[in-house]
Amino acid sequence: MPTETSTLTTQKTRNTKQLSSKLIRLLVYLSAVVTFGSLLFIILFILVRGVPYITPSLFEWNYTTDNVSLLPSLLTTLIVVGLSLLIATPIGVFTGFYLVEYADRGNKIVKAISMATDTLAAVPSIVYGLFGMLFFVTFLGFQYSVISGVLTAVIMVLPLIIRSTEEALLSVGMPLRQASFALGAGKLRTIFTVVLPVAMPGILSGVILASGRIVGETAALMYTLGTSTNLPTDLFSSGRTLALHMYVLSSEGLHVNEANATAVVLVVFVLVINALSTYLSKRLSKGGK
Amino acid sequence: MEQIKDTQPTRSTKRNQERFGKTISLIATLLIVLVVLSILFFVLSRGLRTFTQHDVSVLDFFAGTEWRPGETDDAGNALVGALPMIVGSFVVTLLSALLATPVSIGAAVFMTEVSPKAGKKILQPAIELLVGIPSVVYGFIGLTVVVPFVRQLVGGTGFGMLAGTLVLFVMILPTTTSMAVDALNAVPRHYREASFAMGGTRWQTIYRVVLRAAMPGLLTAIVFGMARAFGEALAVQMVIGNAPVLPDSFTTPASTLTSILTMNMGNTVFGTLENDVLWSLASILLVMSLVFNIVTRWIGKKGAIKG
Repeated sequence: MPTETSTLTTQKTRNTKQLSSKLIRLLVYLSAVVTFGSLLFIILFILVRGVPYITPSLFEWNYTTDNVSLLPSLLTTLIVVGLSLLIATPIGVFTGFYLVEYADRGNKIVKAISMATDTLAAVPSIVYGLFGMLFFVTFLGFQYSVISGVLTAVIMVLPLIIRSTEEALLSVGMPLRQASFALGAGKLRTIFTVVLPVAMPGILSGVILASGRIVGETAALMYTLGTSTNLPTDLFSSGRTLALHMYVLSSEGLHVNEANATAVVLVVFVLVINALSTYLSKRLSKGGK
Repeated sequence: MEQIKDTQPTRSTKRNQERFGKTISLIATLLIVLVVLSILFFVLSRGLRTFTQHDVSVLDFFAGTEWRPGETDDAGNALVGALPMIVGSFVVTLLSALLATPVSIGAAVFMTEVSPKAGKKILQPAIELLVGIPSVVYGFIGLTVVVPFVRQLVGGTGFGMLAGTLVLFVMILPTTTSMAVDALNAVPRHYREASFAMGGTRWQTIYRVVLRAAMPGLLTAIVFGMARAFGEALAVQMVIGNAPVLPDSFTTPASTLTSILTMNMGNTVFGTLENDVLWSLASILLVMSLVFNIVTRWIGKKGAIKG
């Protein structure tokens, strides 16, 4: 008799086991559907609602409330991204050099610096914006201007560039460096002629990712770059990037169709940039092996 | 002798070059440290002025529910209670993380364990691409889809914490999912093989072995998502309604730290209490981002997979 009850209980547990397995399987499939469904929905929604409203008048040289042209903000975006990368890339890459090539591993300074970059990476972008407003706009007297926006964006993307440089440099094998040293090359020469060419795709992918981040950024630029609709004439005049333009349009709620069309341009812009970055980092991981 | 003289200058230029490279790198590095310290200094020193210059009591700020900067109550105390915003920020962050946790882990399991081929070739690149969608786009979708949907569903304006939570949930989903995928992929193959060898079914292996082993990585993904949700400004500001009151339901207008900052920072005069108290809100954001950072590091240290 006791044997029978024991088989009975195993039967029961097996059934509950199967049931819980089925339940988990269901949840897994459901969450995959929710995740990809919602994201697919967003992309399709933006395209369907926006593409019909992409008209030539959106790309006129001057913004007026009639044409709601996005061209000035598109050009401002390119200017801000270009200038920010011009400043952030050398600083970030050289910091990466220092952390990987010059400083001793496990050094206290290195630990402090990696803590600093981690902190910088975790700061919400609105805080960057407020700091930029306090320091560049008010303290240094730059007003809402391209230069304030660019410098704020530089601070924001630095951790990204530093980390991708670090990772790219670390992925370069030690024997490569040793061979270069053995041939009598100095450290700087080894870095520039041996390590850098191999690490290039990784560093580049970080830089491109950084540009994608700037293109999509709103909170950090709102109180530094300002929201002027004009194309900035010099470093000290205000402007707005595409993302900011989109924010203002959709908060005002006056130009819904134009906001839809702007969303398409913005999303396509960012997706192309990110795809480029992914492609480059894939190439690095292939080249490393 | 001639030969030695020829080589001498080149060697010293070489040494100069070396020194130059090291100096440039060191300067760049010190610049980063300087930037971090000055962000901390500028924001926190402004934020503390609320308490030092304007004599607002810390308790009134953190526990007060009346947010009317510029006005005082009968006893003459400034009405700068930040509790509604603090509650708003924490509630939308926690709720969106609560939604995103099971969904992103489930999606990650699907991508790594159920259909790894499609996962690696199509789904993972797609998710990584979507991480970069600008937050303003999520806010825009929230405004045109989520808010009207909530309005239809429960009535009212549709603006509120429910809309905010839903927008943040979808916004952090790509980030948390892609990090969860990395965590699951990092679980060594032999863990799974050992479980199969012991007679474990696929689903038993997934939730008894793989998920347990990947737990620190999954936790990191969630904390990361929470940090992103907590710090998000414009997407939330567009859908939450921006009323600085303690909401009595999820579908009445509320506010978060970031939404009040975005709304009011441009309209206050520098050096006044109205302005300084906003910096106090920014200080809370900054401190919380440090906390999220420390938690992530702590999880990373505690639970690295030993395989």
